[in-house]
Amino acid sequence: MRPGAGQAGDTRKPFLRITDLTKMFGSFAALRDISLEIYEREFVCFLGPSGCGKTTLLRAIAGLDIQTSGRVEQAGNDISALPPSERDFGIVFQSYALFPNLTVKKNVAYGLVSRKTARATIEARVAELLALVGLPEQGDKYPAQLSGGQQQRVALARALATSPGLLLLDEPLSALDAKVRVHLRHEVKELQRKLGITTVMVTHDQEEALTMADRIVVMNQGVIEQVGTPLEIYRDPQTAFVADFIGTMNFVPGVVQGPGRVRVGQLDLNCEVDGLSQGAAVTVAVRPEDVLVPEGKSVSENAFDARVGDMEFLGSFFRADLEAEAMGGHGLRADLSINIVRRLNLNRGDMLPVALPGERIRVFPGQ
Amino acid sequence: MASQAQAVAAPALAVQPKLSRDDRIMRGFIVLVGVWMVIAVVLPLYFMLSKSLEDRAGDFVGLVNYAQYFSTPALFYSIGNSLTIAAISTVITISLAFIYAYALTRSCMAGKGAFRVVAMVPLLAPSLLPAISFVYLFGNQGIIKGLLGDNTIYGPIGIVMGEVFYTFPHALMILIVALATADGRLYEAAVSLRAGPVRTFFTVTLPGIKYGLISAVFVVFTLVITDFGIPKVIGGQYNVLATDIYKQVIGQQNFQMGAVVSVVLLIPAVLAFVADRIIQGKQTSALTSSSVAYAPKPRRSYDLAMTGYCALIGFLILGIIGMAAYASFVQFWPYNLNLVLKNYDFDVMDGGGWASFTNSLRLAAYTAVFGTAIIFTGAYMVEKARGFGAVRGAIQFLCILPMAVPGMVLGLAYIFFFNHPDNPLNFIYGTMAILVICTITHFYTVSHLTAITALKQMDREFESVSSSLKVPFYKTFTRVTVPVCLPAILDVSIYLFVNAMTTVSAVIFLYSTDTALASVAALNMDDAGDIAPAAAMCMMIFYAAATVRLLHVLVTRGLARRTQAWRAR
Repeated sequence: MRPGAGQAGDTRKPFLRITDLTKMFGSFAALRDISLEIYEREFVCFLGPSGCGKTTLLRAIAGLDIQTSGRVEQAGNDISALPPSERDFGIVFQSYALFPNLTVKKNVAYGLVSRKTARATIEARVAELLALVGLPEQGDKYPAQLSGGQQQRVALARALATSPGLLLLDEPLSALDAKVRVHLRHEVKELQRKLGITTVMVTHDQEEALTMADRIVVMNQGVIEQVGTPLEIYRDPQTAFVADFIGTMNFVPGVVQGPGRVRVGQLDLNCEVDGLSQGAAVTVAVRPEDVLVPEGKSVSENAFDARVGDMEFLGSFFRADLEAEAMGGHGLRADLSINIVRRLNLNRGDMLPVALPGERIRVFPGQ
Repeated sequence: MASQAQAVAAPALAVQPKLSRDDRIMRGFIVLVGVWMVIAVVLPLYFMLSKSLEDRAGDFVGLVNYAQYFSTPALFYSIGNSLTIAAISTVITISLAFIYAYALTRSCMAGKGAFRVVAMVPLLAPSLLPAISFVYLFGNQGIIKGLLGDNTIYGPIGIVMGEVFYTFPHALMILIVALATADGRLYEAAVSLRAGPVRTFFTVTLPGIKYGLISAVFVVFTLVITDFGIPKVIGGQYNVLATDIYKQVIGQQNFQMGAVVSVVLLIPAVLAFVADRIIQGKQTSALTSSSVAYAPKPRRSYDLAMTGYCALIGFLILGIIGMAAYASFVQFWPYNLNLVLKNYDFDVMDGGGWASFTNSLRLAAYTAVFGTAIIFTGAYMVEKARGFGAVRGAIQFLCILPMAVPGMVLGLAYIFFFNHPDNPLNFIYGTMAILVICTITHFYTVSHLTAITALKQMDREFESVSSSLKVPFYKTFTRVTVPVCLPAILDVSIYLFVNAMTTVSAVIFLYSTDTALASVAALNMDDAGDIAPAAAMCMMIFYAAATVRLLHVLVTRGLARRTQAWRAR
């Protein structure tokens, strides 16, 4: 896999470096030869379907489930074999794992007390942290008396209390209601930016990863599929898996005709064909929002006529099923703005001219 | 992808995880629990097995003793007797307890709380007590002797009646849990599909409680076949395995044959245990978070019938206890029915006197305090330690092993092991310590499983969070785990206390003149014909157990009130 091209990251030296990490559970490889660098102050998301190994990787970084082989370095030190208590991180779990019999204050102070800090210092620190996560008045309540979102903030404050060099978040927002989740997503990101703490978050929610991460590590079946900024991942997926997993994608089978040309049905499409030889079977991918309806007389490349099928109303736009004879009967989903639908008075069964901009088409080997 | 999966077969540089101080301490504790189990269960059983293969001089003779056992009808007839008694008692107990549990969970009768308490009363009495009561009720001079016709209570009838009384609450507890966790939606579906009550019972109710029912059967069967007190008091000439061990060891000083009978008794107990384990393993929770609790609807005649049934059972339970209580005050049964306290003057009788009662209290207190501490801490380590998987699995197994060992067998095995002249632990023989160790071990499994259940409900990331905050595990253990698990810890301690008060089987071989126990004293007084003082001693045990139980209820209630704020959801 190609290394991530995080624009901000490259100039800094890696804070966390993972080299050839493998984790076996019996004969099952949960992680295979993972290598990854994470830079200081970066917010990185491990994104993938359940069972892809993202949580296993996080737990290996924390030392909670140490890898079978491979190296983990943090701030230049080899921490591969160290138990969690000898590493430098704070962690927040999906379940919050707040101590139910301790008040919010005592939960937040939990890691401070054992460090033999003066009582007044602890109290000041706890107050500061609770203010930071927006719960200044809730210190004397018990976790069970708080809402899920509030509990998650307390867990965050507790993890940050000891000023760790690394913050690990294991699906921290998954247990929350959709509304709270969106709100907290923003807050966590703001907090991370303000504190400048290097953060790794595990999530299966692509929207969460796209909105929060500086860089996303897309994982599947124990390997890294792609590392990149949200925009790179979305715009330029390196594998069919990433293209399919992030956002919505149309896939149609095709054959390479020559440099920059792929044939789909009776249609020759202009698009980039890196290193694929003529005659190779490929999968052509294009996002629904990149299916354009040409305006006026402007000549567009890759233009053809398609018949409109089902139109699903999704609020700000329609997602329409298109069927193009020229494409050999393969269906295509397209996002059509309300304006276009209204202006053309589109209905089921109408013919519609569409175009696929060549620079938006991705071609993957194999069908 | 698939080809890549095979390519990483041999990892290059395997990581050897470094152990933290926490890891080392926890592993140390786990090993200690293992050592305890080896010393308190495995080695004694091994010594007993080898004893059964030796002659009186201590030389190895192979299966000679077994051959002798199976060629002596007076001995091997007991196998049939034990199995018969266990089978009949199990059928009766399960049937009675099932209807009682059904009434408590599936009817709208009044006074459910009181009926539940009454049904648990037998737990507070030693198993001798119902037997003594039945002697007063149906014995040669019994007040309702006529009800038995020409049959004698001294024999199988008396044993079965006693065992039913003694095992009733054990079966009831399991069946209540099984019946209480029903999904109301299934019953609504059955009604909407026009299934009649009988069909609903066989297609919804019975499958739902299948595992609980089977578990109850095994528990009762094992309790009966291993019980010693009831057949000892009321069995007459009807021999069972548990009394045979006693007779061989105490009566004839034939330790080898005692060991043989113990091995024979161990077999059904182990089989029942293994079968129960297999079935428990298959059980998965039928309830999901979307289940709707079953709520019975009032039906006048049905509820009334259920009330009548429970009242009858409750009356019988209280009547049996009441009979013993009454008899313990009677001056000279049945000729002089004046109520006096002379039967409580234990010091003038053989058996150990009042000292035996205080010894029992001491034993129960030590067992409760040390037992709870050891068992809960051990369960915590086994459940929450990081890595060390193989050893933890082995210790888990050792912790549930004691359940398969009948008390009589355990006690006899202790004689062989701890009284061995070459055993460095020989010095604890005849002391209170061996009684405490034996009793903790005897009741280890249920306590361990209670602790494990409570610990499993704790978030498994508490330890992860603590170590990330550099807080040693023992601080989290004392600040979080113990307070949150306090109800379960109290349950374990009361369970140990009550059982230590009432048990006879294991300790009968291990007490000395200095450490005579109340339950043993009752047995010996009954043996000597002092049946009224035996009843009195049983009642003292009952009062002590009941008092502690009441205290437990009050403490638990107070605790619930104090911790309401953080338990509320």
